Formats: sequence, structure tokens, C-alpha cells
Amino acid sequence: MPQREQLIFEYSRAGRGASDQWPHEADPAALADLPAALRRAAPPQLPEVGELEAVRHFTRLSQLNFSIDTHFYPLGSCTMKYNPKACNQYAMLPEFLARHPLAPESSGQGLLACLYELQEMLKAVSGMEGVALSPMAGAHGEFAGVAMIRAYHRARGDLKRNEIIVPEAAHGTNPATATMCGCVVREIPIEPEGDVDVAALEAAVGPNTAGIMLTNPSTLGLFERRIEEVARIVHEAGGLLYYDGANLNAILGKVRPGDMGFDVIHMNLHKTFSTPHGGGGPGAGAVGVGARLVPFLPVPLVGREGERYRWLTEADLPQSIGRLSAFMGNTGVLLRAYIYMRLLGREGMQSVGEYATLNANYLMARLRAAGFDVPYPRRRAGHEFIVTLKRQARELNVTAMDFAKRLLDYGFHAPTTYFPLLVPECLLIEPTETESKDVLDAFVSAMSQIQKEAEQEPARVTTAPHTMPVRRLDDVRAARQLDLTWKPTPP
Amino acid sequence: MAFIPHTQADVAAMVDAIGVARIEDLFDEIPQGLRIKSLAGVPTALNEMEIGRLMGARARADGAPLSFIGAGAYEHHIPAAVWGITTRGEFYSAYTPYQAEASQGTLQMIYEFQTMIARLTGMEVANASMYDGASATAEAALMAVRANRKSKAARILVPATVHPHYRRVAVTTASNQGLKFEELPYCTAEGITPSASLARYEGQDITALMVQQPNFFGRLEDVDALTDWARARAILVIAIVNPTSLALLKPPGEWGARGADIAVGEGQPLGVPLSSGGPYLGFMTARMEHVRQLPGRIVGRTLDVAGREGFTLTLQAREQHIRRAKATSNICTNQGLAVTAATIYMSLMGPQGLTRTAAAAHARTRELIAALTRVPGVRLAFPGPYFHEAVLTLDRPVAPVLKSLSNRGILGGLDLSGYFPELGNALLVCATETKTAADVERYRAQLTEAMQAARAA
Amino acid sequence: MSKVPADLKYTKSHEWVRALADGTVEVGITDHAQHALGDLVFVEVPEAGRAVKAGEPCAVVESVKAASDVYAPLAGEVTGGNGRLGGEPQVVNSDPYGEGWLMRLKPVAGALSGAALLTAAEYQRVLEAEGG
Repeated sequence: MPQREQLIFEYSRAGRGASDQWPHEADPAALADLPAALRRAAPPQLPEVGELEAVRHFTRLSQLNFSIDTHFYPLGSCTMKYNPKACNQYAMLPEFLARHPLAPESSGQGLLACLYELQEMLKAVSGMEGVALSPMAGAHGEFAGVAMIRAYHRARGDLKRNEIIVPEAAHGTNPATATMCGCVVREIPIEPEGDVDVAALEAAVGPNTAGIMLTNPSTLGLFERRIEEVARIVHEAGGLLYYDGANLNAILGKVRPGDMGFDVIHMNLHKTFSTPHGGGGPGAGAVGVGARLVPFLPVPLVGREGERYRWLTEADLPQSIGRLSAFMGNTGVLLRAYIYMRLLGREGMQSVGEYATLNANYLMARLRAAGFDVPYPRRRAGHEFIVTLKRQARELNVTAMDFAKRLLDYGFHAPTTYFPLLVPECLLIEPTETESKDVLDAFVSAMSQIQKEAEQEPARVTTAPHTMPVRRLDDVRAARQLDLTWKPTPP
Repeated sequence: MAFIPHTQADVAAMVDAIGVARIEDLFDEIPQGLRIKSLAGVPTALNEMEIGRLMGARARADGAPLSFIGAGAYEHHIPAAVWGITTRGEFYSAYTPYQAEASQGTLQMIYEFQTMIARLTGMEVANASMYDGASATAEAALMAVRANRKSKAARILVPATVHPHYRRVAVTTASNQGLKFEELPYCTAEGITPSASLARYEGQDITALMVQQPNFFGRLEDVDALTDWARARAILVIAIVNPTSLALLKPPGEWGARGADIAVGEGQPLGVPLSSGGPYLGFMTARMEHVRQLPGRIVGRTLDVAGREGFTLTLQAREQHIRRAKATSNICTNQGLAVTAATIYMSLMGPQGLTRTAAAAHARTRELIAALTRVPGVRLAFPGPYFHEAVLTLDRPVAPVLKSLSNRGILGGLDLSGYFPELGNALLVCATETKTAADVERYRAQLTEAMQAARAA
Repeated sequence: MSKVPADLKYTKSHEWVRALADGTVEVGITDHAQHALGDLVFVEVPEAGRAVKAGEPCAVVESVKAASDVYAPLAGEVTGGNGRLGGEPQVVNSDPYGEGWLMRLKPVAGALSGAALLTAAEYQRVLEAEGG
């Protein structure tokens, strides 16, 4: 891996620039109408670099990253599967890129057809009655979902219901979302075998229950076996069930959230439907709902009238929770998900959950055979599973973080570390269906090798990584002495 | 199929290692009654060649009209290098940079982005981006309520000249937390927010004032007076700005005597294609004193154990994965790829290129306005200065005129009658550096005919 | 083993309370709490003049991996926060019972004697029960 690349600002030289890219200089008279008091005094201090310099700089920066295209990336709960190149190429056809969001529907029938069909396919795989595509990330979809739950209760005059129940192992976005929607969070415990504590749930529900947020398989990678009972308890108490689609890849083509009793769901298209993660986005968090929440879906939706497609707005859905994005959400991401789903089709869709689950259970079995501990040895893995290094931490003083960092030296991106918080010294490992047996076997060898190092020369592990552009970074310094923008050092 | 590489031999060895007979056995914890019955709603698979034909046909169906629509999304030249590099697999298929040592490329790029955006806006600190300009605006309102501890009212003044979709997104996002948005009227003759309209709020508990510059009509607000009024009363100022315009216009950090407190905007003009609305990026900046109230990812520079400089996510204790229900927001991502594109775009443009772009866009819009107002029945709605976008008033309904233009391959702008009925037959038009003098002349000629056709109808 | 000075009072939520000669009290977080949080990177203390109820969150301590509210151990009026912590949060780590105090309160009448505070021995048992 290349070593450090200097900052773009350090390449900057006054008067240099990628001038081939600039428009001709406008007649200064054309700016005469801009009042002096509203003008900028000096041009913005952006870097002044040539085109080749910029190309080299950003290409080199890219080479400092691990990515799916270059490395196995078994980051639990993130579904880092292959992002097919065709999805990118055909979503970036020039007509799609050039289309203005407020262009008339007559010049968008091709796009709208794709989005309409995407809505329909997402309904089919989730078992829901309505789908809205505009939320721009999983957390954004969560927001839309809980806002719809609130709007539903409010529309019925049921104003007290402001409590959202979440299991203690829930992803942090669940409680954060509930708060953003003005709800109060009630956490309920998990039983020793990883299922929701149903007795605690029964005690928690009541006339203030707005709903429950669940991931299934859970953040522990385990299928919630009593899901039908959970649904009955929450529904009988007057609440609704929210499905956090973070782990939908585990069950795609096998079970549908709608059939499990969920009323509302968000789907991370950047996970299950393989749109790129892009170094942290853009994602897409489409929401699906059962019949009683359809009137509250966020706008715009895509509707079809005969052979024509059109946007559905507040005028069509007067009870909508409203608008979540300036326009139509991350349209380009939606196109990529559409292409992915058409490439897989019905046949491929069924094998996603199967092979994701096969890979996870195989990797878990191999790691257990190699001597690693799992917290739920009697359970099947969903599409991901947890390894706990509590014993290694206690006996060898080598932690889950140390293993994670050392894996980088072996050319593997680390699994998710220290999540869920419930399991000490944990690695959450999600291989996805697109990885081959050979890659999984190589990962097991690396883990075994690191275990050997931890026993024989632990410093090798506890001071890892050794081959990255930087060694472990001082997070405490980063937070205490904030350096968030570059400033030139005075000469 | 489904990009699954397994051979039959692989599968046999794998189920054997697990200790089951077949893959199906791995689902034995799922109640039988819940198993999927049919995926009939999903069509059968297409191969890559077939999907290429389908998407090509759909794209062509949408055509390539000559567009004069702006209204928050702007067509600018995008250097080929921008997306050539952005779609490299190492950026495209990486995740949020949690493992800093294996993500220095993305992290350093975000640090460079934060620096460029802070310099462009004249603000002290920027985050790694929000979903889009509208969601950044909504988050700015929530942030202002956290940051302004003197105010208890959670009341935000929002001029009617702020993008109508932004205003709706703010309501959707923040009203469940009890925020109250109060609309400030605008002067229908001038198209701006008169600072005199603030007098009625004198002495009241107001949390923040939003100001969009240029405003939705393209008009320039009196940002200095609005900012000074608010800051003298401990009311926070939330600026909403167009990044291209900042090459020429005073940045929010310099508004009035003390500058805005929070500045946000739509980053799309910085190298991101129109793409029917997304993915875009919302940029978000603030004064340093409010940094802990900023939502979203923030990258900081620090040292590694060997004393070398490196980059890492920082201030994470604000975020949902640590603070859960007390987080500043539920956001977990930024718009990474769009941020990458914007950072490369700003590097290629530099101060000169961005200034030329802004000037060329503005000059072309002035030519457009001069040309179109020569058409009988067309006049400029507001007399004062505007930036690269302006409102025209027609002497007849706008919709039929736009339809007629659309049939001639021209998207003539945005009909404002649904948003601002009080303005009558108002049309928002925009030109950028991507339009030529010939394009302007074509629009003028076609508008002349479309106006006549509309009259005939 | 974390330090639990005998002359202080404690809460179950890991605050300590020191009665000062002038009738006000000093409040901080315990050695156990600072150790569990790790290196602090930010401390927010309340402004003087703020009235707080017993159990009300009134300060925040943050490390890179955790953030925690600090609760008022008893009702009173804040007479001052430890301004030094704004620039040097690490003082809470190095001297939690001394220079790392967070705030001073003037208890409302009877609050100090009425508050359900723990003795050092009782707090020690809380720590043992938590496995600390």
C-alpha cells in the first residue's frame, strides 16, 4: 500500500490551475449589477493545481483505501457485497445524468418507469403494500417509518402513544430515530439464547406504546424465533411493528417482513441491493408499509395511469408525513438498485439469502473448529455472526481491536468491532454471498495465524497494523486538539 | 447467478463442514408458516447485455431537451476527471471509514472537503456533508435549537423566499420535536425579505433566523441587515447558500458585523450531475463554538503512535452509535461519493475557475433575461439584483407556454403559480455557463412562437 | 481497584459530593467513573445561577468511546462550574476528587441532609455489586 499522500493544498501554487476546464472569462460589465456591498472581497482560497496533479493526488488517495473491489470486507451489519459494474455504467447514461429533477414528467417516462418497477419489486420482496423511494439512507428511512407510525396514531386521535420499544442490542440509530420523532425510548432485554425477552415485552407494552423497532435477524445475527408472538403482543396493545432492514440480506427470497407481521420497514438499498457504499454514502433507505400506513408515505411517489407515469405529491396523499428531500431522494442510487434487481431477477433473488447464510454459517463453523468462541453456539447464524475474544483478552491481553487491526496487515478489512455492545470483545462478521469459499478459507487461516501470534509474540498483534499508511491513530488527541480544516503553517 | 461464485463442490464441502445436509437446513429456526410463497412480483433475470439494451432505451426515451430550469439544481460543466476518479472502485466500493488505518484515502479527502467548504463559506468548521441541501437546512434548524441555550421557544423564522421544498423538508424533519417555523413574508414587488418585517418580533423569544442567498427567486437579500438584526438579539443566523455564487458573493461568515452562525447549502453545483434530484450533497458549516452541536460525520487530523500525521473520524460522542437516544441526529452516513466529486471539482476549478464559472453563468442569465424580456408579454418580475436565476412574469398562464416549449425541445423554467400564486403568471428561469448565445437565441425565438401558440389556444 | 475517599458522599450514578465550609457542596465524578469512561476529551459544566433538581442531568463528560450525563446529587443552585475543564478535560482523569471537580452547588434548605447519598462504604458495595 502506498504511504502518505500530501494534502492537495500543499501542491497549490499561485496562478496555476486546470484552466482547460474553465469557461471563458465573462465581460466584467456583466457583473456590474451585483452590488459591491454583497460581493466577496477576495476569491475563495481553493487549491490552485493542474489537472494532472489533481488526478494523481486523488488517484493516490483512492489507493490508500480498502474497498470491496480490492479486499474482503466482512463488516458485520453492513453487507459489503460486490457492487456490479453494470449497475454503475447503466445508471450513468448521459440522459439520466442530465435530467433536471423539476423537468416535466413527459421528459422522464423512462426514468419513472424504472422507479415505478423498483417500487413494485421492493413490495414483492418485502411483502408490503406500498413503497416510497425518497429516503436517502437507512437512518432517513427509519425516520420516515417512525414518523408514519406517529402520524397513524395521531390521525386516529390516539395522541398518547409516544413510546418506542427497542431491544437492548438495537443499533444506535433506532433510539436516535425515536428521539428525532419526538418519542420516548424503552429498552427491553434479550434472553440468554438471543431472542427478545417476551415477558419483558408484555410488561412494557400498553396504552402509550407507539411501536417496536426490530431487526430480524437481530444485530446478534440471530433469527427472532418468536416473531409471531412479538407481533401479536404489540398489535394487541395497539402498537405497530417497525422492521429495520439492516439485515434483510439474510432472508431475501426466504421470508418477507410483511408476512412476519411488520407494518413498516426500511430497506438499505446500499446493503441488500448492492448499491455502492461510496466511503459512507450515498445510500438509499426506501420504506415499505402495510395497507394502513399507505396514506402516510413520504412524497413524492411514482404512480402509473395506464401507460403513463407521474409523480404523486401532497395533492395525491394529503395525509403524507411530507417531503424528506429537496427532490426525489438519491435517484441515481435507486437506478443502480433497479438494475441490480433486474439482473438477479426472481431466480437470483432467492439465492441471495441462501448463499449469504451458507457463507456465514460456514465461516462460523470453520472459526469454531479453529478454536474461536461464539456467544451463541447453539444457534444458527443468519447472514452474520459474532466471535467473542473475551478469553484472548483475559488470558493474553490481546483484544478484539488488536485482532481487527492485525487483520488489516493480512489484507482483510476488519469485521465490525465492539458492536453489538452486549457481547464483550466481539467481532461481528458478515461475509455476504458474493465471496468464494477460497476467500473464506484464507480468512480463517489469517485468524488462526493471528491467534498463534497472540500466544507467541503478542506485541506483534497489539501494535498492529504495521503495513498500513499509518499506524494506530491517537483518537484522544484528535478530539482534544481539534484540527478539522487545514491551515498553512506560517513560514 | 446473483454474482455467487460457488461451485457445486464448494457447496457440498461447506454444508459438510457446517454439519447439515443442505443449505435449506440452515433456515430451520424460521417458522415454516412464514416461508415465502412466491416472488412472482419480481420479473425473471436479464443478463448484462439485455439490461444494457433496456436502460439505453429508457434513457433515450427521456431525451436531451435544452433546459433553463434551476430552482435549486444547476447544470454546470463537470470535468471528465471528476467522475472518472470518483467511480474508481477504491472510492466507490469502500465503506464509512471506521478502520481509519485502512481508509486514509477517504478520510483525507473528507478533510480536504471540509477545508474547502469552510473557506468557500467563510465559516470555521464544516462536517463531511448531509443528504442534500434541504435535509441540511432541516438539521440546521434542529442544531440551532441545541446551540441557542438562551432561547427556550424553539421558534425559527423562515422567509417565504427560502426554497419551498426546503421549508417543507424542515417541517417534516423537525416538527415532531416541537420546532415551530414561522413564515416571514416577502415584498411581492421586490422579491426579497424586507428587514422591516422583523420589527414585529422585537422582544420575542426567537431561536434562529434563516436567510437564503441568493433566495429562491435568484434575488439578493440584504444579508448584512438581516444578520445584524438577529445577532444583536442573540438569535442565531442560519445561512442557506449556493456554493457557485460564493465565488462572487460575500460568504456567510462575513455577513453583517459578525457573520452567520450556521451555513448550509446544496453542494450539487460542485461537480454533481442533475440526475433527476440525486444523489446530491448537503454541506453544513458553523462557527467553532457550535462544533459539538454539528450533526453528522467530522474528520480530524491527528498523529499515529509513531508521530506521523493521519486522519480519523472525530467527535463521535455526538453520534447515534455512542449517544443513542441523545445523539445530535440519527444520521450515520454522509454523501461520500458526491463529496468525492465535489472535492475533485473544487480542486480543478480553484479560485479562478469557480469565479469564472459563476461570472459566466451570471452573464449568460443576464443575456437570457435581456433576450426574453424583448418578447412581447414578458417582463422581469423584480427590479433588483439577482444571481444567475430570475423570475419573469408572463401576460398569460405559464403552463401552456411551457408545454408548447417542451414540445419544441426546450424546458423553459419552473412555473411558480403552484408555489407563489400571488405572483400571477410567474416563471423562474436560469442559465449557466453551459448555455451558449445560440441557446439563448433559440429559447427567445421559440418563446415568441410559444406565446403566440398559447394565445391562440 | 478504584479509590473511594472516606470523607466524601456518593451516588449510585457515580458522582461524589464534598461539603464545603461555606455551606456549598462540590460535585465530581468518581475514580471508578473516570476510569470506566477512559481519557476524557470534553467536559461540559453548568452555568452559575442554574437551579437543578436532584437527579437532573446537569453536566456531560465525554471520552472518544462514550458520553455520559452527570446528575445533580441534590437540589440546589449552581454557584460555579470548573472552568479549567474546558481546556483540560484530562484533569478529571488525573485528579477526579480534587482539581477535577465539576461544579459547586448551594443546596436548597435541607437538601444535603435529606438527600439519599451513600457513604464511602456503601458506595464501595455498589462497585462490588457491579463487578468493579
